[in-house]
Amino acid sequence: MLSAAESAPSWHGIVRQALKDNNVRLVTYVPDNVLRPLIEGCHADPYFTTFAAAREEEAIGIVAGATMAGKRGIVLMQTSGFATLPNVLASLVVASQIPVLMLVSERGTLGEFNPGQAIVCRTMRPILDSMGIEHHTLSRLDEAAFIADRTMRQAFATRWPACLIVSPLIAGGRK
Amino acid sequence: MEERRNTQVMNRAALTKRVVGKLTKQEAVIGGIGNSNWDLWGSGHRAENFYMLGSMGLAAPIAMGVAIAQPERRVFALEGDGSLLMQLGCLSTIAAQAPTNLIVIIWDNGIYQITGGQGTPAAKAGTDLIAIARASGIASAHWAADEAEFDALIDRALTTDGPHVIGARIDNEPGKTQTDRDPIRFRETFMRGMSTKLV
Repeated sequence: MLSAAESAPSWHGIVRQALKDNNVRLVTYVPDNVLRPLIEGCHADPYFTTFAAAREEEAIGIVAGATMAGKRGIVLMQTSGFATLPNVLASLVVASQIPVLMLVSERGTLGEFNPGQAIVCRTMRPILDSMGIEHHTLSRLDEAAFIADRTMRQAFATRWPACLIVSPLIAGGRK
Repeated sequence: MEERRNTQVMNRAALTKRVVGKLTKQEAVIGGIGNSNWDLWGSGHRAENFYMLGSMGLAAPIAMGVAIAQPERRVFALEGDGSLLMQLGCLSTIAAQAPTNLIVIIWDNGIYQITGGQGTPAAKAGTDLIAIARASGIASAHWAADEAEFDALIDRALTTDGPHVIGARIDNEPGKTQTDRDPIRFRETFMRGMSTKLV
């Protein structure tokens, strides 16, 4: 039996289920503290092939290759990691129209203590918007399943990358 | 085990043709940005080729993704030394996951040929990319001393478990032909190639 805490819906449990519902089996990441429960949950679940990459753009390349060869994937990262990606998103994923999924834990807002993170955070949505990459922010537990599932579904249907942003409102953020 | 300085300088276009000529099992080939790509393009069109038009440094990671998705298919990355230098961490990721069907070929001329032949910092420092691959945990990482050994290393990569990394010192000749610039078509063609069942 699961304890009440284990069985209560969580943002990471919801994301994991959405990945399964959309046949996304490859999970690559550059770690982040907020993402820990999602990363650990994916590692523990044999449905997923889960591993760390040395750098976010490398993970995008791996998922792009796997997606083209029939295995759908997602890249998990934190905000500062996302900020390293514009070139590979523009010149590989968007230019070739490869439905690579991204999930970014949002740092730099709602109580950030590190000025560097706060400034990097402001670049994230403008970068996504500039390339027409659809992004949605998970901020409420009651909406999370719908947003996660529909974002993934649309990415594959329209062959276009997409990004889920995990807000401190739902994940607690870093204190 | 050769060192880089003891190897013969070869020609990328000629070696690319030798590699492609050995592919009989619908092996995938990911061409890195620029000259690596163009010589792959010049070696004849295959549905299993993917031409990377940007994202410098990602030929090996893309190939690794393909290799993970399709463990039965051998997958090559053709990558320049300057490109790999941008993404050295991928060698550790490859070593950690150890996809047995992945082969990374490094074309090493020590320069950024396409931007005017400027030397790479690795060339100035005497950095040995094959030694880095081996130190990253990829046991099968070798310089090809000459064309005969290059052939032998490719044959071995096609018949034994990898991951394999093969280094070839090459001359400064630019790519002979240039690819079309049609990334969506490249992706569609490659996906069709990858969806064909291996025979």
